[in-house]
Amino acid sequence: MDYIIEMLGITKEFPGIIANDDITLQVKKGEIHALLGENGAGKSTLMSVLFGLYQPEKGIIKVKGKEVAINGPTDANALGIGMVHQHFKLVHNFTVLQNIILGVEEVKHGVVKTEAARKKIVELSQKYKLFVEPDALISDITVGMQQRVEILKMLYRDNEILILDEPTAVLTPQEIDELMNIMRDLVKEGKSILFITHKLNEIKAVADRCSVLRRGKYIGTVDVEDADKEVMSEMMVGRKVNFTVAKEDAKPKETVLEVKNLIVESKREGHTKRLVNDVSFSVHKGEIVSIAGIDGNGQSELVQALTGLSSLSGGQIFINKEEVTKKNIRYKNTHGLSHIPEDRHKFGLVLDYTLEDNLVLQEYFEPEFQKHGILQREKITKHADELIEEYDIRSGQGSVTPARSMSGGNQQKAIIARELSRRPDLLIAVQPTRGLDVGAIEFIHKQLVKGRDEGCGVLLVSFELDEVMNVSDRILVMYEGEIVGELDPKVVEIKELGLYMAGSKRGGHHED
Amino acid sequence: MKTDKNTKSVTDAQNQKTCFFSRWFTKILSSGFTASLFAIILGLLTGLIILLVANPGQAVSGFFMIMFGAWSEGLKSIGMTFYYATPIICTGLAVGFAFKTGLFNIGATGQFTMGAFAAVIVGTSCSFLGSAQWIVGLLAAVVAGALWALLPGLLKAFLNVHEVISSIMMNYIGMYLVNYTVSNVPILYNQLTNSSAQISDTAVIPKFGMDKIFAGSAVNAGFIIAVLVAILMHVILNKTTFGFELRAVGFNRNASKYAGINEKKSITLSMTIAGALAGLGGGLLFLGSLGKHIEVVDVLASEGFDGISVALLGLSTPLGILFAALFIAYIKQGGFYLQLYEFSKEIIDIIIAVIIYFSAFSLFVRGAIKRYLSYKKEKAEAAAGSMGVSGSTSNSIGAGKAGNGSTGNSIAGAGKAGNDESKGGSV
Repeated sequence: MDYIIEMLGITKEFPGIIANDDITLQVKKGEIHALLGENGAGKSTLMSVLFGLYQPEKGIIKVKGKEVAINGPTDANALGIGMVHQHFKLVHNFTVLQNIILGVEEVKHGVVKTEAARKKIVELSQKYKLFVEPDALISDITVGMQQRVEILKMLYRDNEILILDEPTAVLTPQEIDELMNIMRDLVKEGKSILFITHKLNEIKAVADRCSVLRRGKYIGTVDVEDADKEVMSEMMVGRKVNFTVAKEDAKPKETVLEVKNLIVESKREGHTKRLVNDVSFSVHKGEIVSIAGIDGNGQSELVQALTGLSSLSGGQIFINKEEVTKKNIRYKNTHGLSHIPEDRHKFGLVLDYTLEDNLVLQEYFEPEFQKHGILQREKITKHADELIEEYDIRSGQGSVTPARSMSGGNQQKAIIARELSRRPDLLIAVQPTRGLDVGAIEFIHKQLVKGRDEGCGVLLVSFELDEVMNVSDRILVMYEGEIVGELDPKVVEIKELGLYMAGSKRGGHHED
Repeated sequence: MKTDKNTKSVTDAQNQKTCFFSRWFTKILSSGFTASLFAIILGLLTGLIILLVANPGQAVSGFFMIMFGAWSEGLKSIGMTFYYATPIICTGLAVGFAFKTGLFNIGATGQFTMGAFAAVIVGTSCSFLGSAQWIVGLLAAVVAGALWALLPGLLKAFLNVHEVISSIMMNYIGMYLVNYTVSNVPILYNQLTNSSAQISDTAVIPKFGMDKIFAGSAVNAGFIIAVLVAILMHVILNKTTFGFELRAVGFNRNASKYAGINEKKSITLSMTIAGALAGLGGGLLFLGSLGKHIEVVDVLASEGFDGISVALLGLSTPLGILFAALFIAYIKQGGFYLQLYEFSKEIIDIIIAVIIYFSAFSLFVRGAIKRYLSYKKEKAEAAAGSMGVSGSTSNSIGAGKAGNGSTGNSIAGAGKAGNDESKGGSV
């Protein structure tokens, strides 16, 4: 069998740690090869080596049987290797079209020509059902569409070997199915795909073979058909993992959040669309209510209106029976509300602050941490050390580690530690497990349930069906800015939930 | 030469002592201080080249005069260095403080001018205040500078008008307003010299014994005030909740809003405080001695722009700014004596400008040093690792090093992700 890519005995060290320890990865032509491993297992490092961003200390790389030296993304591109990074590399104030052609644009007399590119992009997007608006600005489109742009970027460059780094982290179930189909089509056309993930369902669904890394070491490669989920997860984590969250039935108590007729109108000029349309619901203490739905159906706007990050156009919000519609963010935060934001880099953390400063971001002004306006550094450090211990936040230098240098999973743990340790009455968690590995997800789900059992009301916004079904006590489905159904996770089936999310079913009445 | 030693000691990692030394050395080398020092040396060397071109015969002795001239008259010239440093400590703080909170205050010049103007008004027309006159004058300067920065601050916070544009405009408005007022109000104007009138004796900042220590120089209590203000700013920025909020807004406006910080208020306040600092600088200079007058010329005050280089050279930290201002004053004092070697005044100004100009590269130099060090370190550690000596000590440094992210930043995205991954693995 021909291998299109062979990475043999790759060793890559960083000061003090061996990120890749003698790793061998062989990808056959025309296969979907999954690379499985927890956060920090060395997957991204290995891909950076393949992409020429790092030079390995040992080992060789062969492409199509020939040994090659890859010194940078340009070399990789020339060899037909393309990559979609976990954190997208898009210019936010450029349009979709401009982003796709960036770097390979056709220039005539110093002017960029886009007609041919536009035609090719439209063709590609129809062929692979990668729907994009060529003239929309990246900053205006959803994360899901941004990813389609990234995939189109590779296809536009006629890459043969496609590396997808955690491509499904941001997609809805339907979108994931579409992506799987796209991947199958791509392979049929002779492309080879290297699929980095820690989601076992997806590997089972689409991959041919799977290589597993753990803590920088190569554990083995299995044929996906012969291996079941339990085997692969044990290879990945090194122990048995619980896929379902152990929890008792909810014991809902008094109402903690009540939303009445909430409306958010689009602020873009010329748009009068209601992004959140007349939404009413309530959350009680001691229960987890999820808002399920496909990305971009008004969940972000709803949450931003609830927390005060953006203003609402109409309606009322009550927390602990007190109207807080017009109160500022600080007031809400100190009166029972905690918020795990959707974007941990944009909202959740001051990345240039240390871990300990980030851990008091919501409390630095409390008497506990300041005296006459002077920060009590010792107490802040002690507070951080306690949370680091309790929530198992791992970082290079402990409490003084800059947040920027921590791994995504540990950044998220820090936010969760900060928000839960305040003993909130109401926790609004948006995509709390986005981009995290099985171990971290298990941990965070446990924390959410623990918070619930301690009497906190949890409003969980999630695009992941498994998460919605596993964790919540009640499901609200949002579609085009409205709540179209309230479901019981113990009764409803995933398929039916999907129909609500797609808008083809409403309020429990069968319409089609 | 220095780096040779560094490499050697890292590869020699078995020896704990050398390892400790190398760590210490690396820390010094990668700190901002070294970067500023390198920038200064670079600037001085370029200055030497200009001297060689302008007057080869006297170049070397001229160069030494720049370097050590500020000692040539002993305590007197040191006192003069302090005197020159006083206003630029303030304008440097005005730029650096705003910069720490995410704002580029290019309007320090205008704020400085307004501060000087307010101080001179009090100094010339309020002699009834007696011995409190200089204090009132300084307070007036602080208020005037603050007001002059308030408008750009409000515009930035509420309408997102870029502070660079609005504060540049305020610079010119300030300068022309002051020139117009001085030359049209008889009590403020001295027609003979085309400048502001003499301030009263009681408006002059007292010496507090500085004139005894630094006999013959113009230094006064203003220098002590500037130093205290720098220390105060250090405390505010790093030790208080207020500074915590200001810096948070500077780093990440969205996260600050999320955390309930009133980011509009923070931006406005930060700009206003910056203005107050620059205004104080104006007050300290123009109430510093009887001989200082506002000249009616259409030139923006250079102290404001010096503040930008001082802030850059001091890496925007208040204590760094203090030393950077002293350095620039020191060079200027040396340049003053350069006239002895028949260099024209313009050449001296050019050389000083070049040195300051290079100093502004300190950030760039720091980046370069960091990249070089992490490259060296990676290589050295790898070598040590393959020899099987990566003990627990080097482990902990390693994690820290990978954590600083400078490598990741320099080689685009995936590099960063990789860096994060590798860290996760280490702990």
